Amino acid sequence: MQGAVGFAERAGHILLSARFWRGTLATAVFLLVWEAVARAGLVRVPAPSSALVTFNDLMRDPSFWFSWYLSTRRVFAGFLAAMLVGIPLGLGMAVSRILYGIVFPVFEVLRPIPPLAWVPAAIIFWPTQELSIMFVTFLGAFYTVVINVIDGAQTIDLRYYQAARSMGSSSWDIFRRIILPGTVPSIVVGATVGIGIAWAVVVAAEMISGGGSVGSMGGASGGGLGFFIWNSYVGGSYNQIVVGMISIGIAGYISSALLRKLGELVTPWLHEQ
Amino acid sequence: MNVALAQGPTAVLAKPERGPGRLESSAYRMAQWLRSPRPYLMLIGFALFLGFWYLTVEVWKLPRFSQMPGPTAVITEWINPDPIYGLSLYSPEYYQHIWVSTRRVLIAFLLATATGVPLGLLLGWSLRFKEYVFPVFELLRPIPPLAWVPLAIIMFHGSETPIIFLTFLASFYATTLNTMLGVESIDVSFVRAAYCLGAKRRQVFWHVIVPGAMPFIFTGLQISVGVAWFSLVAGEMVSGQYGLGYLINTSYTMVQYPTMVIGMITLGIVGYVTSAAVRVLGNYLMQWRARELAMGAEA
Amino acid sequence: MNYEPPRGSPIADARAPALAAQGGCKGAIRIANVVKIYGSEGAGVRAVDDCTFHVPAGKITVVVGPSGCGKTTLLNAIAGFHSITSGTIHLDDALLCGPGRPKADPGPDRIVVFQNGALFPWKTIVENVAFGPIVQGRLSRKAAFEKARMMLAETGLHNLETNYPGEISSGMRRRVEIARALMNDPKVLLLDEPYRALDSLTKSVMHEALLETFDRNRVTIFFITHDLEEAIFLGHHVVIMTTRPCRPKKILTVDIPHPRDYSVLTAKRFREYLDETVEAVHEEALKAFAAGERER
Repeated sequence: MQGAVGFAERAGHILLSARFWRGTLATAVFLLVWEAVARAGLVRVPAPSSALVTFNDLMRDPSFWFSWYLSTRRVFAGFLAAMLVGIPLGLGMAVSRILYGIVFPVFEVLRPIPPLAWVPAAIIFWPTQELSIMFVTFLGAFYTVVINVIDGAQTIDLRYYQAARSMGSSSWDIFRRIILPGTVPSIVVGATVGIGIAWAVVVAAEMISGGGSVGSMGGASGGGLGFFIWNSYVGGSYNQIVVGMISIGIAGYISSALLRKLGELVTPWLHEQ
Repeated sequence: MNVALAQGPTAVLAKPERGPGRLESSAYRMAQWLRSPRPYLMLIGFALFLGFWYLTVEVWKLPRFSQMPGPTAVITEWINPDPIYGLSLYSPEYYQHIWVSTRRVLIAFLLATATGVPLGLLLGWSLRFKEYVFPVFELLRPIPPLAWVPLAIIMFHGSETPIIFLTFLASFYATTLNTMLGVESIDVSFVRAAYCLGAKRRQVFWHVIVPGAMPFIFTGLQISVGVAWFSLVAGEMVSGQYGLGYLINTSYTMVQYPTMVIGMITLGIVGYVTSAAVRVLGNYLMQWRARELAMGAEA
Repeated sequence: MNYEPPRGSPIADARAPALAAQGGCKGAIRIANVVKIYGSEGAGVRAVDDCTFHVPAGKITVVVGPSGCGKTTLLNAIAGFHSITSGTIHLDDALLCGPGRPKADPGPDRIVVFQNGALFPWKTIVENVAFGPIVQGRLSRKAAFEKARMMLAETGLHNLETNYPGEISSGMRRRVEIARALMNDPKVLLLDEPYRALDSLTKSVMHEALLETFDRNRVTIFFITHDLEEAIFLGHHVVIMTTRPCRPKKILTVDIPHPRDYSVLTAKRFREYLDETVEAVHEEALKAFAAGERER
């Protein structure tokens, strides 16, 4: 009840603010200019109006939504794997100097290799194309998650440990009650950034493994939004490219927003009024 | 330079060592490092990594692993004056790939810096400007640069411009956003102090806003170089004639797997070197910050 | 509660003719009926309410009140960082802000020394000190640096010229900041709890240095603090404020001759002043504390 009132009030505030109208105006101008430029043929891009028409058609096309589903599944598989491996590894490195000393240098050496450079190697290694795309997506999110976990654990105030020790906590208590919750905020940050990277990677991985200048890689196309875009390009339906791009933008935005909300739920102490 | 300075009472605070002093201290630090367990743990780490790679691929020939190129295959190919697959440290083509990729990143990075830094400064400095421009920026930003690949190919002629455009796009977002955050992070006291001391708006911009945002700008530039390489690879893999991404892709299709790994490792090295270069440049331009950090950053 | 400033007392009566010209000192501030409401009219928070008092030229006036009572709002209005809702503020005979002109222009005649310090970390000490005259175009770069070096030497800071603010202690930074302000020959120095973050030993050194600077320059000082002892030790006049909304509760003229040094702290007179005022300050502190509790 209160939430609904708050929301209506907030919506009212937004609608009344000059800021909202300025943003809307600028966006409208941007779209109009794009429309004009496209119609005049100055730049070879589809006009937003024709993209909209195409989008309307595609809405009723189940194979379009199946592309959404495939990409989303890959992103979440890769992302979840990155969390499952990255969080324990990061925490382990934060807690144990020895593990940190052994693993971190290797990690730092591998990190500068862009995830997409792994696409061919992944295709060779993994038995299915699905797994290889998921692996590359995993890599994209993995580095960010690990770095954020280590960073988060290292920046916990030393006084918390001292306080816990003086109250007689065991090492396990300290890990469970201080390091773990103290790291959650940076895990949330890492996850939000990580899923953004995962979306960027999945698109490219789908394009590279599905299309590419050298013909198709790995035979059968894997589908997904990245492949949808590439296929539209090859087929010459340029409106669909724009629809595909916007779809990825929306999907990525929704995933980040969901994670942010989830993050607020697990870190209530950061958001008190 | 200043006689009074030299004759004055000894400075209350030791200045960070320069010249030979710095050299000595780095030698000292090196000795300290060698006495700590860190280098040995690091060796263990690399030995484990390489050992795992070597054993699974070349000795035990485990399923799946056996298709990958092993470390000895990669290294012998890399240092072979007469490479089996035609590419090693001795072939000029290798350096051409490196050069082409680096050139693309450099052009895109410079373009992104030249446009992103001023845009970010304006976005942070003028609320009005931000209210108009930022929504459009935020509208486009969720679309990953890599999703632009086909559109970039359609929009631009040739194969070079689309790749540079993609690389630019990723860098541009990172640079603009960090610069804007940098301006917004500046303590309002600095701006007020400058006005108090009689500075005009333009002077506040150059004396406070620009240097104040500098640490964030350089963080942004480091990220920018990283993401530039990230999207470059995708661009080169999809369309390209030369470059490391192209090299990785073609050696895959032509089943020259050791060359593929050489390409990946080289990409990592070059990427690391470029971002280190940006860091060094940042430290050089921000002496005040380097020295502050050297003091242990007292509040 | 309804404290009425005694009529005829020079400090309380803003309508009294400006006492500025005495002894060639400039920088008298007259604050009359100033009201500041944050947020929209009606629903807003009243930070300053009908505040009237006078800061005489060439004197140190210290404003004391609990944290968050609204005294910084007043300082920001004088400095020109915030607008006021109604009332007037004059500097000597010029109107800083008042009806039709809600916000003063910041300028080098009133320089603020900030709570957390605002030396530019990216400029060396000497560059910081020389900043004012250079941006105002009053001195050439060379002349400004020359003057800055002299200024630093006068304060005993000349060996720090080429250091960056991040390399020197926070006490030193406050002294450099005051030197940077004095470079511009301001009429008034506005100090916003400048020693708040310092430990009490450093603080005592800073106090003596400030008094020494004051004796040399005779610049009007408007000093904000929540530390009563600091206020009485430094000030010619001490204005004790009520907590939100902020208004003078008690005005005290400290009749201990300048130059003062730290022996004053143990003097009987000093203790008497403290006894006389501690009650008033404590009462406001309690109110502020209770208000703070409610806000949570």
